[in-house]
Amino acid sequence: MASLLQATNISKEYVSGTFLKKRNLALKEISFSVEETPPSITCIAGESGSGKTTMARLLAGLLDKSGGELLYKGKSLNKMNSEEKLTFKKEVQTIFQDPFEVYNPFYKVDHVLTTPLKKFGITSNKSDSDKMILSALEEVGLRPDETLGRFPHQLSGGQRQRIMVARAFLLRPKIIIADEPVSMVDASLRATILEELKLLREKHGISIVYITHDLTTAYQVADNILILYKGYLKEAGSVEVVINNPQHPYTKLLVDSIPQPDPDIKWGKLDISATQELLETPGVGWRNS
Amino acid sequence: MTNFALSVENLKVYYHTSGGPVKAVEGVSFNLSKGEKLGLVGESGSGKSTIALALMRSHKPPAIIEEGSINLGQTNLLDLSEENMRKTRLSGISMIPQGAMNSLNPVARIRKQVVDALSDHSFKFKKAERETFLRELMESVELDPKVLNLFPHELSGGMKQRVCIAISISLKPQVIIADEPTSALDVIVQRQVIETLSKVQEELGAACVLIGHDMGLMAQFADKIGIMYAGKLVEIGSVNDIFKNPTHPYTRLLIESLPDTKGKRPLIGIPGLPPSLLNLAPGCSFCLRIEKENRKEIPWVEISKDHFIQKCDICSDYGKVKTKK
Repeated sequence: MASLLQATNISKEYVSGTFLKKRNLALKEISFSVEETPPSITCIAGESGSGKTTMARLLAGLLDKSGGELLYKGKSLNKMNSEEKLTFKKEVQTIFQDPFEVYNPFYKVDHVLTTPLKKFGITSNKSDSDKMILSALEEVGLRPDETLGRFPHQLSGGQRQRIMVARAFLLRPKIIIADEPVSMVDASLRATILEELKLLREKHGISIVYITHDLTTAYQVADNILILYKGYLKEAGSVEVVINNPQHPYTKLLVDSIPQPDPDIKWGKLDISATQELLETPGVGWRNS
Repeated sequence: MTNFALSVENLKVYYHTSGGPVKAVEGVSFNLSKGEKLGLVGESGSGKSTIALALMRSHKPPAIIEEGSINLGQTNLLDLSEENMRKTRLSGISMIPQGAMNSLNPVARIRKQVVDALSDHSFKFKKAERETFLRELMESVELDPKVLNLFPHELSGGMKQRVCIAISISLKPQVIIADEPTSALDVIVQRQVIETLSKVQEELGAACVLIGHDMGLMAQFADKIGIMYAGKLVEIGSVNDIFKNPTHPYTRLLIESLPDTKGKRPLIGIPGLPPSLLNLAPGCSFCLRIEKENRKEIPWVEISKDHFIQKCDICSDYGKVKTKK
């Protein structure tokens, strides 16, 4: 059976300048796949500049890759006709990092919920769409009377991000790509939002690609993890194995830098400066091609 | 007669809005000895950044310090004239701002920005002396002295934050206030910045207040932790006391909600929303979150040596059953 999303040796190069082209390789030959059954949570982790957001945009079809092949249900993104593309856009939903920027401040928050329903032709009937919105909000644990009919600035960051989760869920997607969904949310609300993502997987069979730099939440939420470093895939495998027994020096450094909420476990004494070694050590772990 | 580097007593900061006063900081007191590191933890809107601004006296109207005192050594900062306060900033008490990205001037080289601060405090150097001073300053925060010739956009986030640390320690202050210095950085850079901050703070022997919401970071950095909730300090104690024996229900929930890598378990968030600080009723504000009410004055109770909580009779056992399981 074809995988839901399958990436084979995908690369992305950003080119700038007219004559003296400056090339910046953001992703280098990365292969992995997300299966439809059983639904899984895949984490992509790495530091700033490791290419994780580029990865998210490629997977969501917001950016075009420079090389390799990206298949959705066995079909290449570039070869889809407009109808298939619309299905792809409906079934692959994204949640972005910043719950402040995604809203248009002039519209009430209802706008982000009603527009996709109309756009994808799910329903144009007011009472139907209201019913769907209410159930989606309840699914993410928001009280509709506290959220609907308000402007974005009247809601907290956590509430806004949860509306985004509700919006993604509203379209009954097959896969949600969450690009650092909790990095701008308070620590106390992080747990709630991540628990909702886990629930979407368990109750509704939605696969999730969770992009983060925080390995503790990755460990709690995800099944599989990919560690990116400067655009290269450095380690991959199940979270338990990768985090509790890291093999690649970069993964070791990442795991060692987790600020453990326990005053007895202090940061180790790993050397941060050996970047060349990190780059040269080849990737380890499971490869899904 | 106190021997504390920083001693804050009953500090109250209100924002005066048309709807009434917003009590952002309501009666906060703490003491810090020389070389001690305090972590102030709280969620957005708990008043932690307002404390940072008030300590520097750089709060702006509608924020007004209503009451209290901020003693830096023997001087009460609230009694100083504006001009003397200006001189005290950076030389007595300095601040590392939250967004390093936005706190440096994008069109000036790093050298100029560091020297600016020095000359503003009438430091006169001969050229050669100045260069040695700047080089040593950069080396103390583990940056290459070449960074001095660069513009902020040529530096990474972590480097910019270390430049900010360098500026804040350039006049050897007794107290350093760091307001979420690593909130926009990833784990490895965060660790580098925090380790640099610890190192320079120990070398200076300065007291340090680290403000943030990441309990993991606090466990790594602080000696003492203060938990803020709805403008009030609700629990304060040593790192070990807070993590081993969290007593206030909010602290307990905060620590329980932290993800770790010791085994998978359901993530538990803190239920409810923090109360609005506008016209907040007197009494226990955590009770409001769990839909209870206690309007009485909440007393401070000493749990063990130097470990205090605001003990409310109604909510103090909230969520306790879960922890004992």
